[in-house]
Amino acid sequence: MKLIEIQELLEAEVLTGKYDPEKEIQIGCSSDLMSEILAFGKPGSILLTSLKNIQVINTANVADIKAVCFVMGKIPDENIINLAKKNDIVVLITKLTTFESCGRLYKNGLKSCSYFNLDK
Amino acid sequence: MDEIRKTTKIQELTYELKIKDVMSENIETVSSKMPISSLRDILYKKRISGIPIVNDNKLVGIISIEDFIKCLEQGEMDALIEDKMTKNIKTLYADEPLVHAVMKFEKYGFGRFPIISRKDKKLVGIITKSDIIKGVLKKLETAYHDEEERRYRASHIFNDIVADEVFLKFQYYVEGKNFDRAGEAATGLKKTLYRLGLSPEIVRRAAISTYEAEINIVAFTEGGEIIAYIDPHQIKIIITDKGPGIPDVKKAMEPGFSTAPGWVRELGFGAGMGLSNIKKFTDKMTLRSTVEKGTHLEIIIKLSDYRNED
Repeated sequence: MKLIEIQELLEAEVLTGKYDPEKEIQIGCSSDLMSEILAFGKPGSILLTSLKNIQVINTANVADIKAVCFVMGKIPDENIINLAKKNDIVVLITKLTTFESCGRLYKNGLKSCSYFNLDK
Repeated sequence: MDEIRKTTKIQELTYELKIKDVMSENIETVSSKMPISSLRDILYKKRISGIPIVNDNKLVGIISIEDFIKCLEQGEMDALIEDKMTKNIKTLYADEPLVHAVMKFEKYGFGRFPIISRKDKKLVGIITKSDIIKGVLKKLETAYHDEEERRYRASHIFNDIVADEVFLKFQYYVEGKNFDRAGEAATGLKKTLYRLGLSPEIVRRAAISTYEAEINIVAFTEGGEIIAYIDPHQIKIIITDKGPGIPDVKKAMEPGFSTAPGWVRELGFGAGMGLSNIKKFTDKMTLRSTVEKGTHLEIIIKLSDYRNED
């Protein structure tokens, strides 16, 4: 799924400036527990979370997650956005709930991280 | 797969580059009051295919080599440019991303677009398809050159150094209880390992394990340090702190077991997954702890394929 499609489906706003709307995101994951993302997140995926702190971006960075969407209208602070920009991570915000955000993406074909082998 | 990747890279470049990065700035312009015949010299000598028409610094039209040939065929060389030029011109701003130009070329099928500045709408350049190709190629060449240099600087280091044993050591200090800085060691190590030319999967495993260990230092101790040793066969990371230590190491290793205080959980950690995550992403993990003295965690990630990468 293209990043621009994700943005449209989630009625989301991009906070990290210019980005490639054609960027392919194949897998989605969602949790407010960063250790779960570290354990099961896949490289190149999008993370949806209602947790809002700088460790979300550090988690995305070390786990090679390319985009983070803060749900339920949570607006990240400037230092979160700056760290994301520095590490080439696209940050989006949506007013939708976690459930509805995941549901819309899943219904439209975005795969879950559990589709893939969980070995190292 | 490779084909798709290349396309994506070029697409990426068309978003990165601005029109002003690739447009031609030395532009010939002509006044609209001149006869068509006056174009002959410019078109011929400069070998250009279109000329913007400018009166008193204002862009009023554009005339192409096709217009010129048409006039030549019909014997209208004495006609004024203003009667033959295209007046309804499509322009682009110099600060727009290059992709806008690409889209306009596709939409209108024109050979060129005049470029104006957003501030005062004055003509600052002209763009043709060949400018776009040249600009993208130039950018690709620079990127390729940087990549070559990066690879040389880093990944060949083990081959270039002559010694019976070589290892690199990277040391990071971790502040206890400071969650704003937590992650700096892991992300720093990640960047370093990537620059060494290690495979993304290896780098990711090392970064995730280090990050979990770093979070533990921040959450539970007054501070500690992370030292990574890299040799041609493995990454060994030693994480130490000065206490309070883990009373029951076996229990701590159980997934889901946690003694994390509330503030750690609020930050999205402390679910008892840290140590099991570290185990999951590493080839070997040794955890020793003495209550009140501190904890010593050693992890190893094997680099069996490192040398094959060259």
